[in-house]
Amino acid sequence: MTFKPITTAALIAGTALSPLPAFAGPDAIKVGLLMDMTGNYSDVAGQGSVTAAEMAVEDFGGTVLGKPIEVVHADMQNKVDIATSIAREWFDVEAVDAIVDSNMSSAGLAVSEIAVEKDRLMIMNISGSPRFTNESCNPNTIHYVYDTYALATSTGKAVVRGGGDKWFFVTVDYTFGHDFQAQAEDAVASEGGETIGSVLVPLNAGDYSSALIQAQSSDANVIAFATAGADTSNAIKQAAEFGIGQGDDRQLAGLLVYINEIDALGLETAQGMLLTSAFYWDLDEETRAFSNRYMEKMGKMPNMSQAGVYSSTMHYLKAVEAAGTEDHAAVMAKMKEMPINDFFVKDGYIREDGRMMRDMYLFRVKSPDQSTGPWDYYEKVATISADDAFTPVSESRCYLLKEQN
Amino acid sequence: MEIFGASPQLILGQVLIGLINGSFYALLSLGLAIIFGLLRVINFAHGALYMMGAFAAWMTQAWLGLNFWAALIIAPLAVGLFGLLVERAFLRSIYHLDHLYGLLLTFGIALMVEGMYRYWFGAAGKPFTAPDAFRGIWDLGFVIVPKYRGFVVLTSLVTCLAVWLLIERTRLGAYLRAATENPDLVSCFGINVSLLTASAYVLGAALAGLSGVLAAPIYQVTPLMGTNLIIVVFAVVVTGGMGSLSGAIITGYGMGVIEGLTKVFYPAASSVVIFVVMALMLLLRPAGLFGKEA
Amino acid sequence: MPRFPLLPALALLLLLCIAPLVFYPIFLIKLLCFALFAAAFHLLLGYVGLLSFGHAAFFGTGAYMSAQALARWNLAPELALLFAVAMSAALGAVIGFLAVRRQGIYFAMITLALGQMVYFIYLQAPFTGGEDGIRGITPGHFLGVVDLADPLALYFTVLALTVLAFALVWRIVQSPFGMILEAIRENEPRAISLGYNPTLYKLAAFTFSAGLAGLAGGLKAMSFQIATLVDVTWQMSGEVVLMTLVGGIGTFLGPVVGAFIIGGLEQFLARSTLPAPVILGAAFILCVMLFRKGVAGTARSLVQAWAQRRSTPNTPETDPTNRTDK
Repeated sequence: MTFKPITTAALIAGTALSPLPAFAGPDAIKVGLLMDMTGNYSDVAGQGSVTAAEMAVEDFGGTVLGKPIEVVHADMQNKVDIATSIAREWFDVEAVDAIVDSNMSSAGLAVSEIAVEKDRLMIMNISGSPRFTNESCNPNTIHYVYDTYALATSTGKAVVRGGGDKWFFVTVDYTFGHDFQAQAEDAVASEGGETIGSVLVPLNAGDYSSALIQAQSSDANVIAFATAGADTSNAIKQAAEFGIGQGDDRQLAGLLVYINEIDALGLETAQGMLLTSAFYWDLDEETRAFSNRYMEKMGKMPNMSQAGVYSSTMHYLKAVEAAGTEDHAAVMAKMKEMPINDFFVKDGYIREDGRMMRDMYLFRVKSPDQSTGPWDYYEKVATISADDAFTPVSESRCYLLKEQN
Repeated sequence: MEIFGASPQLILGQVLIGLINGSFYALLSLGLAIIFGLLRVINFAHGALYMMGAFAAWMTQAWLGLNFWAALIIAPLAVGLFGLLVERAFLRSIYHLDHLYGLLLTFGIALMVEGMYRYWFGAAGKPFTAPDAFRGIWDLGFVIVPKYRGFVVLTSLVTCLAVWLLIERTRLGAYLRAATENPDLVSCFGINVSLLTASAYVLGAALAGLSGVLAAPIYQVTPLMGTNLIIVVFAVVVTGGMGSLSGAIITGYGMGVIEGLTKVFYPAASSVVIFVVMALMLLLRPAGLFGKEA
Repeated sequence: MPRFPLLPALALLLLLCIAPLVFYPIFLIKLLCFALFAAAFHLLLGYVGLLSFGHAAFFGTGAYMSAQALARWNLAPELALLFAVAMSAALGAVIGFLAVRRQGIYFAMITLALGQMVYFIYLQAPFTGGEDGIRGITPGHFLGVVDLADPLALYFTVLALTVLAFALVWRIVQSPFGMILEAIRENEPRAISLGYNPTLYKLAAFTFSAGLAGLAGGLKAMSFQIATLVDVTWQMSGEVVLMTLVGGIGTFLGPVVGAFIIGGLEQFLARSTLPAPVILGAAFILCVMLFRKGVAGTARSLVQAWAQRRSTPNTPETDPTNRTDK
């Protein structure tokens, strides 16, 4: 096509004339975060994630390979087009080396593809779509904290092992919920439990009473919510209202619950509920040390994705240092080669498909009596090993793992 | 005995649950109908006002240390006061314009209020629980009803009836209705129409605030709790037609029940059933069930 | 009869031709898609007096349908776009059939409710991929020759199609059909007494507008290589209303100006610490309270006032489409 030479010239001109400020030359190492800063997800990600990345840079010392490290962030307003156009700008004009988080799985997947096109790195911390390390896996992307497969599998296995073997699902009625439930059902069955019923609820339904009544009239001993966000909050709140899971022989299990949601619900409402998380601030000395520093800056404790931003940014910077170059392929190779040991993860490693392999924890939400104060919410019930939690290599749909086999 | 695979108990239970959801639809569409009647404005901010009511309840508890009953009084008053500000500052100066501008203005107000609340209080919201007197459940045999929900239905019914009586059976209501029909004539009689319009908006806003307080122990109190609700309530209002207050109330409860039953028989459609009913109504009777407009 | 705003239009086109020197083609493409979407919406509001609060349903349908055709059926881009337009127009015919039975505020509420219904349908339909969206789109060669993988080629293709679509809108507004629409808007009973069936005309306009919105959505999905739920949400419907309001209701180029302003504002807000929803809400309030003519409307008034001063004795040119203060 004859357009090509003109295009190239124009593109160069475009870059040169771009009115967007290029703060530092290419002589800086830059990490970027595409966050929902003011919308629905601003609590679970937003400024908290940006702060975590900044803390990592500060703790690393502010420079690597003799170059300053910079954190840039943008409010993607939950719009895929904004996220992708900023990602392009960052890569082309501002020489951002790695994007270390993006809200919304659709935006994240699109940004991940741009990272491949521009040969940069992408680390996903907030989104849980299993696609990142399956159908859409690529050599430039790392999925760091969790995915819905791991949450469903860990919760399913650990709860059955703890005696909860008859499951009833309350599932949000679209792909996300259907997949979530299917994964959990498999895990429950693999441990000898059974699914005795399920009910679909529409997204943003608000009222869960009819689903809860159906769950209550079954003889399930575990009622699991394959939902997210506000839906989970409403379902938990109304379960408490119906007296389910509090003082009877049923347990509630939330498949995807952030600590911010428990904080917003209050312990009186959420007590007794089971959930899986990759991180809790009050696990040991190290987690407390980081979290208290974070608390001083943000006024709240970090959740698993925010802690993950810190850990993954730190791991990235260490890999740059170890590789002795900015070259993205070399850095990625180092990231996959080096084990990860910090407050966030012990003996973690990044698999060839980009999946960070780590243990997951099953928590039970404390009752108001058990809690000593704000953010003292969880009690650890079980640990699920990385191999137990995440998609095994044999089931992976990622071409990178297939090549390896 | 089973009806389409569902036991009569289950159906009766769902009808009851539907009535509870209908309580909110009824209170909200009643408020919308009152405001529309006098101001000819479709109040897009109604969902935001409902949310403000729920947050006002939380504030009365968390900041003022007062109990639920105090919140039940204070929150609607506070939201009503906000409504007064909105009416005086903005709405009053656009009554002479095409009615669509009222919709656009209140849409902007809703976006702004919800955005500010999210900015101040976070997206995940705030905790709120039912008063101790209404903790626990009633086991009616065929269905379990949390005591608090019984209280909601009762409060909603009483409020709807009281507002209906106020407007249809009192002198003040007569003025309101007269001003709806012919504002110029009414002002000729020395009645302050501007004050009437303001009180209509305040009343509508207070009703939304009351629904918010009532909802706070059931739904998670978040800045966006009214956003999706308002679209459903619009569908309810279109179905009922905004010609009569009783129409708005009856349609509200009715739609709640229809939605509840759909959740039993065909859950996949429960998110759209209200819209489908609205579409059917438009086919059969474009003016709505109780509508007067041709 | 309003004159074609030739000078502003040409200036705008010229600017758009050199814009890729300064701005990212993909960003400009987004603005063009928004402009086309706003023009589609404005066709109803500005010329038929119907405010649709559910237009994202057609924008999103266009996006999903072209994505489906490109990613899964490997259709040529022009065929994929045609398919997107056809499907959006078909959906427009169905929703329009219900909605044109009512007017004014009711029409707005009905379209909002039906738009929300469409959102739920897409949310639950497996082919849309839920939150992940439809991905893996390769735009291919437009008409078999223009390689759309090249950003500039893509940009000029979108620009050409947008200009064509705007020309079509102008043609329709000026046609006897457009005149009848305007007559219906101004005085429906009189139009009926003249033997026209307003419902039919409104439905035709609605269907056309939906098809055009579908083209905008289809172009956006093709260019961004992704179709997601974002484009079907009621927030998107609200945004197109805001674009038109900011640009100026009743002006031909208003939607373009408004789309550029709002699109640019979003990009600006992404880099600022201001909360985007609050700013957009404030923009709505400001426009309704103080700036009902919008940017293009205000500009036109200024130009007219200037022209009037220069040729005082002549009869001032009044514009029948300016009805913002009604």
